[in-house]
Amino acid sequence: MSAVYDKVADILAEKFGVPTDDISPEATFEDMDLDSLDLVEFALAAEEELGVRISDEEAEDLKTLNDTVSLLESKGAKA
Amino acid sequence: MSREPVAVTGLGLVTPAGLGVEASWRGVLSGRSPAAKDPNLAGVAVDISCKVPEFDATEQLGRKAARRLDRFVQLAVVAAREAIADAGLDPDGWDGPRVGVVIGCGMGGAATWEEQHRRMLEHGPERVSAMLIPMLVPNMVAGQLAMEFHATGPNLVTATACASGATAIGVARDLLRSGACDVVVAGGTEAGLTPLSIAGFAQMGALSVRVDDPTGASRPFDVARDGFVAAEAAGILVLERGADAAARGARVRANLAGYGASADGYHITAPDPDGGGAERAMRAALADGDLSAGEVGHVNAHGTSTPLNDRSEAQTIRRVLGADVSVTSTKGVTGHSLGAAGAIEAAFSALTLEHGVVPPTANLESQDPEIEVDIVAKAPREQAVDVVMSNSFGFGGQNAVLVLTKA
Repeated sequence: MSAVYDKVADILAEKFGVPTDDISPEATFEDMDLDSLDLVEFALAAEEELGVRISDEEAEDLKTLNDTVSLLESKGAKA
Repeated sequence: MSREPVAVTGLGLVTPAGLGVEASWRGVLSGRSPAAKDPNLAGVAVDISCKVPEFDATEQLGRKAARRLDRFVQLAVVAAREAIADAGLDPDGWDGPRVGVVIGCGMGGAATWEEQHRRMLEHGPERVSAMLIPMLVPNMVAGQLAMEFHATGPNLVTATACASGATAIGVARDLLRSGACDVVVAGGTEAGLTPLSIAGFAQMGALSVRVDDPTGASRPFDVARDGFVAAEAAGILVLERGADAAARGARVRANLAGYGASADGYHITAPDPDGGGAERAMRAALADGDLSAGEVGHVNAHGTSTPLNDRSEAQTIRRVLGADVSVTSTKGVTGHSLGAAGAIEAAFSALTLEHGVVPPTANLESQDPEIEVDIVAKAPREQAVDVVMSNSFGFGGQNAVLVLTKA
């Protein structure tokens, strides 16, 4: 897994209390019991930790952790 | 509407006196104030408060609720769980649309508000949490209890400042009398111990400035009282019509016999010195319960420890109920939990009826000579009592009085 993935996994575990067993590349936000408000919060946290902004439109298309990590990496995120 | 009595079948308490009904009751009977320096209030002129001991939101509610619910909702969820279990009711089995929720709250998510405001000032509006509004709005506590307990009947929050919890119980009673609900989860909650809120109360001169003696600061009816000590708490009662409670063989902890409400129409924060509004609420509660003043054996007073309230309230009690009725203020121990106070004190009133014991007013060393009623002090008093009045008066001049009778 990439450093960005590890960082995202850290955010989900630390800030959102997602059990580490539920965190995997294929896990959806729904699988991790996170709703649309959490997704907004996640985008804020990702911006703070990784320095790239996820727009509302981009956030709407995110399903899995893999999608999220790919998007962040495509925007130049470096953990 | 039918005037049949309403039964209190469940109690839940999360107070500075203790986590849970038994611990809270032991705490108020001890007559010892748990008030202490509050690190969150460092730098505020009044930096003492009464906090709920040993409350760990993650442990009680899990990480998701700890993160997504403001503390005023967290406290209420824990108190409601205890009350519903105490009532012997199973939310998985009850007829949800017939179960109402009415909760009093004065402030809502004050801590969330302050944290996010700071965030906005420091980092800009785009960093404000999407959870700000759902965590802030006071009605969320009732909404959360509906989700938590499948209670999908009428659902609301009452805001009458320091009377909110008592108002909620009165409104709940009406929902049972009208037939709109079969069960109502009613009470109050507050967790506004934040620098901004406390600075505001301090600037009003409402708080005790005895910051070097926190446990002696809340001293209702004492000649040296100088204001209240702010507290957080939640108190929840499960209410049902008496006939329904009897039909299911529920243990009735007390009856809610009367409710009276009024407004002073006098001043934004000061009580009417003539006590006219308070008196009308007290008389209305007695009339509502078909009770005479002479039948009241005990008053759990609003007794905030402010110079104005305690004098005016005591004079009104004497005028309405006479000088023989025993009076206590459990706020000497718990501090003043604003929107929760009326509910936790209704619960303490029920416990006084059940146990035949009146908790002492903490820190009453020298009774104000202008207060000529029988204040219970120093130690719990054994008193077999059949009728208890619980007074709650809010900033804004709102008065709510409950009368409870022995089951």
